[in-house]
Amino acid sequence: MLELKHISYRVSTPEGEMDILKDISLTIPDEKLVVFTGPNGGGKTTLARIIMGLAQPTAGQILYDGQDITELDITERARLGISYGFQQPPRFKGITVQDLLQLAAGQNKLSKDRCCNYLTNVGLCANDYLDREVDVSLSGGEVKRIEIATILARNSKLMIFDEPEAGIDLWSFARLTETFEQIHAKHSATMVIISHQERIIRLADEIIVVAGGQIAHRGTTEEIFPLILADTLGSCPVMTRKETAQ
Amino acid sequence: MITDIDAKLLEKIADLTGKPVGAINIRKDSGCEARQSTEHIEITGKTDKPGIDIRIKPGTRGEKCYIPVIISKTGLTEMVYNDFFVGDDCDVEIVAGCGIHNSGCDESRHDGVHTFYIGKNCRVKYAEKHYGENDPDQTGKNVMNPQTVVYLGEGSTMEMETVQIRGIDSTKRFTKFVCEAGSEVVVTERLLTHGRQIAESEMEIELNGADAKGRVISRSVAQDESEQVFYPRMVGNAQCFGHVQCDSIIMGNAKVKSIPAIAANCTDAQLIHEAAIGKIAGDQLLKLETLGLSPEEAEETILKGFLA
Repeated sequence: MLELKHISYRVSTPEGEMDILKDISLTIPDEKLVVFTGPNGGGKTTLARIIMGLAQPTAGQILYDGQDITELDITERARLGISYGFQQPPRFKGITVQDLLQLAAGQNKLSKDRCCNYLTNVGLCANDYLDREVDVSLSGGEVKRIEIATILARNSKLMIFDEPEAGIDLWSFARLTETFEQIHAKHSATMVIISHQERIIRLADEIIVVAGGQIAHRGTTEEIFPLILADTLGSCPVMTRKETAQ
Repeated sequence: MITDIDAKLLEKIADLTGKPVGAINIRKDSGCEARQSTEHIEITGKTDKPGIDIRIKPGTRGEKCYIPVIISKTGLTEMVYNDFFVGDDCDVEIVAGCGIHNSGCDESRHDGVHTFYIGKNCRVKYAEKHYGENDPDQTGKNVMNPQTVVYLGEGSTMEMETVQIRGIDSTKRFTKFVCEAGSEVVVTERLLTHGRQIAESEMEIELNGADAKGRVISRSVAQDESEQVFYPRMVGNAQCFGHVQCDSIIMGNAKVKSIPAIAANCTDAQLIHEAAIGKIAGDQLLKLETLGLSPEEAEETILKGFLA
């Protein structure tokens, strides 16, 4: 179980202090699929990065399975079973897709079949990709799918994905949502997914809308999805006028 | 006599363990430690200067030739000339390389000139690895200045892999290819410097015949206070394709200068160069840390992959 207690994140800007996250508290039970959604700049990614240790909160406490991990670094959190899929993953000259999957899997040697499984789950064929370097020869969508495959290979207890759909074609996206569904159905991991995609949002046990550095809404898909739609339309005067005209 | 130290050097620079199969010449401390010719590959010592001639008969296929050099004495300096005569239609692999184990405080130095005369329609793989080490508390410098000149015949291909593993205090490398019609060369250079080491690598690829192709892939890592200079040049004198790519990772207080040059003397020459120098990207380290690697392990993994 993941518990965030009174998490704040403040940065200094030329204009003065700015609160990116303001006193956020939430609990994510094991084996749940939770979606963070909300407007751009609302604080979703910062919140996810704070869970992984990629950013350090300026106030608050993070408990994972009862252990205070607030002061643990990224490596230590990764070794406790937390993984993170970057929205814009880095590329590595000289490191192949197979190397990266093996690094993700850790000590146990990954068979080609296992690699094939992970890549198939993100819509890639192992024969075409295993020996390729994760460098600029791969498209953004390919690197993104390989990134997600590394999280699958990591097989961690808490998987965080930052906008996994970004840059991925429709066909691979469909495959990816099936993969999320399967992991969820097997109750093998807790998933925190930052997403704006309805198909992913609809998979969630709970939706957390992060806006203005706070939790604006939280609840089930049935409770929250109508609110998201209303917020989306309400924020755009042009769309609101159209709705009214209809 | 091959000592344990020599054996380790041979494994490091030429992947040699036990008794090798094929043609071989092991040069140790300026002497001939072992020599073996085969039916198709003849190795003979030069009579006018230090070095050997390697003559590979036309049509030789699937054979390997090892010519490693090891130096175990401190203060030894040598200049060696090795000439390779590769007949038409050969498909062979040549493994060179030099390892120095410096046991004292004097400079040990190996300067080598390798000249290849490659016939038509050949496929040649050539690998050379350079490595230096010192006895504990000894400070003798390890110096290597390899020169490689290749005349590549019509329709032939050559893959050259040149690697400086570590431990070479000073190196000045020169590599030149003269490529005839339909030939293709791929040079892959990997170079690591550390401490206060200095490395300079100059390359010149002349694409003289129609449809000649040249590719240079140079990757280097400069650590600590070390300095590197790269000067790869690709010259297109005919309808040809050439690509030069230099990437360097710079660390500590190192300095790297990369000066790729392309010159077209024919309107149908297509030449490209790319060069990049930068430190290890922070997001690369973070990504590997999220996979459970410590910052040190992450850095090591990135460098190992980059220089693999």
